[in-house]
Amino acid sequence: MDNIKTIEKIAYKQPAVIFNEFDPLKDEILRIIDNDGHVINEELFPELDDETVIKAYKSMLFARVADDMAVSFQRQGRMYTYPPINGQEAIQIAAGLIIREDDWLVPAFREMAIMLAKGVTLREIFLYYMGNEQGSNFSKAKHVLPICVPIASQLIHATGIGYSINYQKKDEVVFPYVGDGGTSEGDFSEALNFAGVWKVPVIFTIQNNQYAISFPVSGQTRSVNLAVKAVAFGLPGIKVDGNDFFAMYVAYKQAFDHARAGKGPVLIEALTYRKGAHTTSDDPSKYRTKEEEMEWDKTDPLQRLKKYIVRKGIWKEDEEKLIEEYKLEVEKQFTEAENFTPYPLEDVFQFMYVDTPDVLNIQKEDYKLYQNWKESRK
Amino acid sequence: MSVMTIVQAINNALDIMLEEDKSVVVYGEDSGREGGVFRVTEGLQKKYGVERVFDSPLAESAIVGTGLGMALSGLRPVVELQFDGFTYPAFNQIISNVSRMHNRSRGMYKVPMVIRFPYGGGINALEHHSESPEALYAHIPGLKVVIPSSPHDAKGLLISCIESDDPVIYMEPKRIYRAIKQEVSDDKFSIPLGKAKVLTEGSDVTVVAFGAMIRECQKAMVMAKEAGISVELIDLRTIYPIDKETIAESIKKTGRIVIVAEAPESFSVGAELMAIANEEAFLYLEAPPKRVMGFDTIVPLAKGEPMYMITPDRIFYEIERTVKY
Repeated sequence: MDNIKTIEKIAYKQPAVIFNEFDPLKDEILRIIDNDGHVINEELFPELDDETVIKAYKSMLFARVADDMAVSFQRQGRMYTYPPINGQEAIQIAAGLIIREDDWLVPAFREMAIMLAKGVTLREIFLYYMGNEQGSNFSKAKHVLPICVPIASQLIHATGIGYSINYQKKDEVVFPYVGDGGTSEGDFSEALNFAGVWKVPVIFTIQNNQYAISFPVSGQTRSVNLAVKAVAFGLPGIKVDGNDFFAMYVAYKQAFDHARAGKGPVLIEALTYRKGAHTTSDDPSKYRTKEEEMEWDKTDPLQRLKKYIVRKGIWKEDEEKLIEEYKLEVEKQFTEAENFTPYPLEDVFQFMYVDTPDVLNIQKEDYKLYQNWKESRK
Repeated sequence: MSVMTIVQAINNALDIMLEEDKSVVVYGEDSGREGGVFRVTEGLQKKYGVERVFDSPLAESAIVGTGLGMALSGLRPVVELQFDGFTYPAFNQIISNVSRMHNRSRGMYKVPMVIRFPYGGGINALEHHSESPEALYAHIPGLKVVIPSSPHDAKGLLISCIESDDPVIYMEPKRIYRAIKQEVSDDKFSIPLGKAKVLTEGSDVTVVAFGAMIRECQKAMVMAKEAGISVELIDLRTIYPIDKETIAESIKKTGRIVIVAEAPESFSVGAELMAIANEEAFLYLEAPPKRVMGFDTIVPLAKGEPMYMITPDRIFYEIERTVKY
């Protein structure tokens, strides 16, 4: 009988109000600096020392340089399909300041910046997009899942991990990601529903970058925004200016404290804009205008933070020089990925199972016989 | 030793594993307080608490997907889906994530989870409650698929499944959940995955079946014996990986194979067994391999189901035709 009582208590409780100043039902949005880097909400401005803010800006800059170069590597035919993150750096670098080594990152596939922040190496990311799954066997990063392509399905894994954390009485928090299109998937709703019932320490982030490939968010839902979807599941939800580094930091800090205090999951809608294509195979000019892109350019997360740090007088670096340094570093890691061991036949088979069925070995050996035959004809 | 039904044997296996390993959790729709619609998990919540044996909200994709999340983070979930025909909402999680995470992460993450569900017809049920989707799951790289046919096997195989570091689909023959009683050891024991069992040795024809069809085959064998036909009966036990060796050895001995299963015949486990007969024992065949299987139709509701279900006399009819070929 105990479980029934517990569930009733959770199910009929009102959503916790940690973000009560920003009611998604009224389509309110958390914003701290404007497009010119002026602080417009002094009260909520986070306690971050200058050094951390500069470090965050540099991380955003590095991610952008790496992202731009990834696109050009793909154009040069040195890498396969890649989903650019250009424009979405503030969300991920803000989360990167909050997420700890033992916390879990559950990415969709447009989270390169937070993956780097979590300790995944650029070499590994490049290796993956060169077509080698070894890029998802992270050498340094702990508790990061490989990118998950089936839309929104990863959110459910995050809820399951949250259950494990509660069950094992661990002090960890889970950070799953999804895009605006993903909120239409059944798995999105199922993940939030289970997370609410189980009261798991999970911070769901929707990177609302306005488009699911070509389809605008206005066609995905009749809801006033995406954060409001939390309300029906009994979770706190907040809409945040995702191109405002400080707003994202404040939202993540509150969500993190909420989750760690055992108060359950949170939904953050981060309003942003995918400046690049959906992937390198996509052409945004088919479905959106230059005017629209230029309008969103004014909200660019790097420019906004840059204006803030310049105005405050804490930016001392030579940005051009910094970009050159970053390019060299990206080039170095890309070369390492290019020089990674060729893909052996064994790798096709050996990770399918822990206890591999004989049939896989038979298929592999048969293929080797064919290879030998082919070799002998040269 | 205790006399157990399949339901009791599965319950006993879960009980043993819950007792032994704190990382084992059991959940699904109605699996907690009620003990599941077939009472397979009855009494376990009371014994192990609501954190370890519990009712989940009603969403199969989330039941399986959360199980995957748990498996990646230190638990050994045994999730229950209520019926064969209700596993499809979870199909995306199973085929796109559960079966792939070990490969996708190049071995960084393991997926020690079991997905249990009752399968098969013959119980006059509503639509979606009588299906045999083993071929769908056996076709997915990264999964193992297990189907027991007796209380003893149900227990030993389930323990192996729970101890496996690979994800396993464990299909329970609901038609014989309580139809067979057998002496089963109270101790922990396991039966290896991937190995078929020769239940009866014979010399004229090999009959391969699994799950609820084993009992029907045994009834047919009584008729065969009266007709002077010696049948070798093989219980697959594990659908994937399929035990080619045991099957091929038997065909080499008898020269004939009759395959019995409830699922639609085309593109089925039966088709795989015929491929094995051809690839592994081609020169030994004295008759074409024969399938006695479901039609390529939806399982009819109760009034039509008797025509769909495989009966002992139909099995005997095909055995006799194959032997006389």
